[in-house]
Amino acid sequence: MSPPIALIDCNNYYVSCERAFDASLVGVPVIVLSNNDGCAIARSAEAKALGIKMGDPIHHLRDKVRQHGIQVRSSNYALYGDMQRRVIAACESFARDFEIYSIDETFLDLAGFEGRDLVAHANAMRAQVQLWTTIPTCVGIAETKTLAKLANAAAKKNPQFGGVADLRDDDVRRDVMHAFAVGDVWGVGGATARKLTDLGIHTAGALRDMPMKQARAIGTVILERLVAELRGVPSNAVEAVEPRRKGMAVTRSFGTPICDFERMMGALSQYAMRAGEKLRSHGLVAARLTTFFHTNKHKPDRPQYGASRMVTLHPMTNDSLELIAAARRGAEKAWRDGFAYTKAGIMLDDLLPEDERPRTLFEEDTAKRDRLMGALDAINGKFGTWTAVTASQGFKREWKMRSEMRSPAWTTDIGQVPTVRA
Amino acid sequence: MSSTNRSRPVVVPLNRPNDALRLHDVPFELVPCEVPFFLVHTPAGFPSPAQDDMQEPIDLGAWLVEHPAASYIMRVEGRSMAGAGINDGDLLVVNRAKAPRTGAVVVALVHGERTLKRLRYIDGRHWLVPEAEGFADILIDEHVEIWGTVVGVARKMV
Repeated sequence: MSPPIALIDCNNYYVSCERAFDASLVGVPVIVLSNNDGCAIARSAEAKALGIKMGDPIHHLRDKVRQHGIQVRSSNYALYGDMQRRVIAACESFARDFEIYSIDETFLDLAGFEGRDLVAHANAMRAQVQLWTTIPTCVGIAETKTLAKLANAAAKKNPQFGGVADLRDDDVRRDVMHAFAVGDVWGVGGATARKLTDLGIHTAGALRDMPMKQARAIGTVILERLVAELRGVPSNAVEAVEPRRKGMAVTRSFGTPICDFERMMGALSQYAMRAGEKLRSHGLVAARLTTFFHTNKHKPDRPQYGASRMVTLHPMTNDSLELIAAARRGAEKAWRDGFAYTKAGIMLDDLLPEDERPRTLFEEDTAKRDRLMGALDAINGKFGTWTAVTASQGFKREWKMRSEMRSPAWTTDIGQVPTVRA
Repeated sequence: MSSTNRSRPVVVPLNRPNDALRLHDVPFELVPCEVPFFLVHTPAGFPSPAQDDMQEPIDLGAWLVEHPAASYIMRVEGRSMAGAGINDGDLLVVNRAKAPRTGAVVVALVHGERTLKRLRYIDGRHWLVPEAEGFADILIDEHVEIWGTVVGVARKMV
């Protein structure tokens, strides 16, 4: 049997971070908004009970906010990032190794701890996280990451687990697998879920029990690996899928609408820089870049225009300067004067690992550019994002995000630390 | 630090097993000629006499915050703990991992508001006790939660 893996997941993480330093948020409905105060991306249990869904745009929620006194916060990533460090530090002594999966989820390798009562072990860890950070968590334990993820969802959903579900227990596994909808299994996308339900496969248990060959026929090797994971056989599907993304996008809404081309290019250059940074950190190159921008679709009385242009990157690249040049070519073609643009972005498609990139016949030596990009990443990593920028990004950055209801950087700025009455 | 490593005496193993000697004990002909005698980089002039004793500068933050993952910095507002040497405007290090004991200065939530007081046990009950004239004791009941223990105070003069 493979060594147990645990997934610790913070409950309503952003809301829990906000509550750590603002007791007035405890026990009342709270939502945290996405970048630029667009839509709800975290909801307290009270807000969920009011029917607020993940991704609900804030301008659709105004009435509910007023009616129920919902507390609204802009996202405060300085705070959430610092609290994440603390959560992980609190978990460290409870596992042999860990892998940070997202800002509020961490996989823990429990090899060497099998002899213990792992539910008690996980509860001790949860207690330590709560003591150090105030943040409540749930833990799922199983033999594979996919099962641990499923166990975690079960622990979160069913109060009878008391915050920890151990799927290695036969009874627990049977109950959970047959109640868990196939579409909610980690890695099963909408299209695959529809194919599976058409075949009468509605639960995680049924997915586990389907023939491997059939799984491969429906969802390629990815689904086959997933079925293996559900059977308790770890596959490297988890690591293999994530960095080899098919595409990525960097998009933002503007705090103030943009009306002139150079300012639009400033914003787009910044996104292209960021996308290049992301590509390089994953060792990928892209084959196509799409530039897009549009006016505010929620204000139909204003003049509306939106456009996107795709540019082929040849040779495939992750060079930010090339990406900026491509974004400019696309933007020049798509641009029309006389509109107030409120959102823009760039998307990259057909990503490949850098060493699998097809070579072209007349290729310039890229070593110099690679060094430049390396230096750019190092500078921005060390001195803060956007210390070193290209001239087209500009230096004023008027398109900075809107975040009107952001709480202070309680834990990372000595000028903003919480006060205590004496 | 790499300079300490580099300036260690050169030890040359001999052909006989388990036999390593310091350089000055080795007959000259046994010393391979490519062994550098001085590995410390020495430009013209005198070598720094501090070279072997270089240490990190004192990190006051690390000394004050022994347990960073569970510690939070807060700023004092008010004068009720002047008797404990804690003044208006001071910065506090509040450690949540340290169990609050009677006699300790603690940050407590009283009806949700952060309050700085000393934890006392008087006549069978726990109290939050100020240390200045004109402030009242607070009985610890279900509306009070001890948030963390104060483990350090920092203040800049001038």
